[in-house]
Amino acid sequence: MKQRTSRFAVIVVVVILFVTLASAQDVASFEKRITVKKLDNGLTVVLLERPEAPVFSFFTHVDAGSVQDPLSGTGLAHMMEHMAFKGTDKIGTTNYAAEKVALEKVEKAYAAYNDERHKRVGRDEQKVKQLEKAWQDAIQEAQKYVVPNQFGEIVEANGGEGMNAFTSDDETGYNYSMPVNRLELWAYLESERFLHPVMREFYKERNVVIEERRMRTDSNPIGRLLEQFTAEAFAAHPYHRPTVGWMSDLNTFSATDATNFFHQYYLPSNMVVAVVGDIKPTEAMPIIEKYFGRLPAKPKPEEFVTAEPPQGSERNVVLHDPAQPVFLEGYHRPDYLNKDDAVYDAIADVMSNGRTSRLYRTLVRDKRIAAFAGGFSGLPGNKYPHLFAFFGFPLPGHTPQEVRDAIHAEIERLKTQDITDDELKMIKTRAKANLLRRLADNQGLAQQLAVIVTRYGDWRQLFYEVDRIDKVSKADIRRVANATFVATNRTVGVIETAKPNGAPAPQGGAQ
Amino acid sequence: MNRNYLKPQLAFTGLLLLWLAFFSAPCFGQAADWKQIKIPTLPAFHPQEPRRFQLPNGMVIFLQEDHELPLINGVARIRGGSREEPAAKAGLVDIYSEVWRTGGTKSQTGDQLDDFLEARAAKVETASTIDSTTVGLSCLKQDFEDVFKVFLDLLQNPEFRPDKLELAQKGAFDAISRRNDDINEIVARESAKLGYGPNSPYAHVPEYATIMAITRQDLLNWHRTYVQPNNIILGFSGDFDPAAMEAKIRQAFEAWPKGPDFHEPDLPINPAKPGYYLVNKTDVNQSAIRMIELGTTRKNPDYYAIEVFNEAFGGGFSSRLFTNIRSKLGLAYSVGGGVGTSFDHPGLTRLGMGTKSESTVESIQALYAQIDDLTPHPISDEEIKRAKDAILNSFIFNLDTPEKILRERMAYEFYGYPPDFLENYRTGIEKTTREEVNRIPGKYLHKDKFAVLVVGNTAEFDKPLTTLGPVITLDITILPPPGEPPAPTKPSEK
Repeated sequence: MKQRTSRFAVIVVVVILFVTLASAQDVASFEKRITVKKLDNGLTVVLLERPEAPVFSFFTHVDAGSVQDPLSGTGLAHMMEHMAFKGTDKIGTTNYAAEKVALEKVEKAYAAYNDERHKRVGRDEQKVKQLEKAWQDAIQEAQKYVVPNQFGEIVEANGGEGMNAFTSDDETGYNYSMPVNRLELWAYLESERFLHPVMREFYKERNVVIEERRMRTDSNPIGRLLEQFTAEAFAAHPYHRPTVGWMSDLNTFSATDATNFFHQYYLPSNMVVAVVGDIKPTEAMPIIEKYFGRLPAKPKPEEFVTAEPPQGSERNVVLHDPAQPVFLEGYHRPDYLNKDDAVYDAIADVMSNGRTSRLYRTLVRDKRIAAFAGGFSGLPGNKYPHLFAFFGFPLPGHTPQEVRDAIHAEIERLKTQDITDDELKMIKTRAKANLLRRLADNQGLAQQLAVIVTRYGDWRQLFYEVDRIDKVSKADIRRVANATFVATNRTVGVIETAKPNGAPAPQGGAQ
Repeated sequence: MNRNYLKPQLAFTGLLLLWLAFFSAPCFGQAADWKQIKIPTLPAFHPQEPRRFQLPNGMVIFLQEDHELPLINGVARIRGGSREEPAAKAGLVDIYSEVWRTGGTKSQTGDQLDDFLEARAAKVETASTIDSTTVGLSCLKQDFEDVFKVFLDLLQNPEFRPDKLELAQKGAFDAISRRNDDINEIVARESAKLGYGPNSPYAHVPEYATIMAITRQDLLNWHRTYVQPNNIILGFSGDFDPAAMEAKIRQAFEAWPKGPDFHEPDLPINPAKPGYYLVNKTDVNQSAIRMIELGTTRKNPDYYAIEVFNEAFGGGFSSRLFTNIRSKLGLAYSVGGGVGTSFDHPGLTRLGMGTKSESTVESIQALYAQIDDLTPHPISDEEIKRAKDAILNSFIFNLDTPEKILRERMAYEFYGYPPDFLENYRTGIEKTTREEVNRIPGKYLHKDKFAVLVVGNTAEFDKPLTTLGPVITLDITILPPPGEPPAPTKPSEK
């Protein structure tokens, strides 16, 4: 297989650029160091040997994000991510048998409390109070068995570095790095947390997540704008919901809801684990298989299919906010698998990458109306059809409208005139160099490999991305700009500065 | 839904799991307990040290070969940073380090440099910190000749063209106008002012007036004063032949005459009086809280004990602050802190968290309680072991790339620390005793010396901050540019 590929490559290489040859050599060098295996239970494992130092990094990718949150359960994917640090039936408990019983009582008490407090008719306030107290008492009881943060403690005491996780609209990811003599310990810990997760301290962690929402969204002007903006831009697709969740959902969903989410999406067929570092795949794979092979097999969950209908008319969000003005607009574009994906990348590059970019040169350097301006794909995700966004921060004395007009003039130029030879060459050269710059970092590589294997089913796409950009033509850019950047496909979001008027702070954004 | 139907099934599965956990765990044929997993000895690792040499004019150079990818990176770090700028021109070094690059060289404008470099996907960028300025370079190996010329030209012949100075000033005005939009930016800035004193060079904040006062001559003067070979530490890493690189560097820099010696000026530090400080912000529902006190330096013999204490008290996932304030009380998403240490001046000791407005006073008391609790419950042997393990077992991540090793060595050179500082650090941590760790809070964490800063929406607080003590309200109004009426934010037309 490898032989055939390279013989075919020889014919192609003669006619293409030197740098493409260099990237082909990288594919070849990766072929020698990479092992991909789908375990019997459906879990995909990607191992890359990079023996620069006796360490490794991993990335566990779960192909579910806030798009998969159920109705009335916004924020559950993110909540589940937090819960994955709470330990297992063996880690984080003094007596799991007793704790399990106590946690079941918490759920029962919470369900009773929730049922009563959400009654539209005949709610008994006295009873709500009693049930709330019973729920709190049950929490106290369960807390007795908790060894707090023991999972994180084991990782840290064993030299775990950069332990973290994230949830986006599209996916959930977990990562850290460790000295290579801890590979087996890691395989145990990482598989256990998805084999025997325990929803302990759930309602306290829910408060932590609510604080995260206050920090990132409610108390931050850009956070406030983005939440309102995406809510406006998407009508049918769940991209209109915030990943962190609406405040009312955060105050309602239960540990049982999180467990259900877990059983629906945290399945080996829906996960990819990538490990990069000083490992020998022949030695590491059996260890990983031994531990991760225990995850019970289940078919991959159904794909989400609701499609955003054509927008039809321009939409506008204006925030009258004490903060300084901001301009943002987004245009619907297809998902990452679309044949024009690389064309959008090229447009983002020519419009906003660095001081040679068109938006910098016109809005910042020449017109001097913005401190910063740019354009990018992937708002709020890119797995499903999403937005290509433009934004600008008006300089003092200038308005979002001036910024909008200047951005629109640049979009018009993109539609009506070809970009220059120099610009096209620059886009392609940068794509190649930036690929190289991403290859010298275990953690970054582990994440890229896990995401790319999930998204394309083939790690080689890490390199083919550059080839796709290399094929973009001037005509492609005009065609895509004309098809995408039209008023009826546009949502605008601006912050217009208003004097603080003593109005109460937003409580959980739009509801 | 279907809750009642599911319950018996769940209970049965539970019993089954329980039985398995209790009686058959060892039969799985694999470790059921993390403690049973064998941890082999970490293979011996002797990371490659960069080679150091010094030119007769005083410039120090480090070369770190790394042939993994066809890339070359480099940086020149130059003594003198924002703490050396005059208060009346606060923001000078920031502006300088931007216009240094955007203003171009005598032979090429900054825009021409942009075109030239971007066509090669190369970067030559200038930047600044509190104590230094830098010129960095990153390029494909094949372009090094060309890109190095730009690097050299910027070091020796910058032009600071006036149009780019004006552009940088406009950018600075924008940053000033936006600096009160986000509570976390406010709290960081105001903590530094409380910790070091509002007039300390460590806490200077640019204003419209100080930015407007900066002239092209100031930038030229700064460059002439500080960019001298004996003030420069140069480091290159990447895919090069070291002998050829050394020859190239010698040829480029050896003829540059030595300049006057650099003298660190006396930098005043006058921390604010202990007490409560408040910034009211009506558009938020979370309070940012900081407790601030002056810390110490890494030359302090207590440094290793401080590191262990910080890890156990406010560092990672298993620290007391994270476990008690976040996990047990659910009061915060972000919480942490510890005794501050910097290389050559006292760091800031900071405990901080963000909590909903309605638990602001409760949270301050919860942080106090964590400090008080250190007396009856000093950091235990177990906590110390865990903290040391965390530091020592992750020690390898200080050395896992040639680039990181280079940067560490350059930092020790810059601050006059021994080249084996990192090795000493490891030994220092290992040797730290329980007594040493538990002396740290008494010596460096004083509730009665804290300036406690709260940025939040006072109308929503659980109790007024004054229930804790006298409160000083900080005025963070942005001073208007000279000659303009005091209305920095324009109300919207609508």
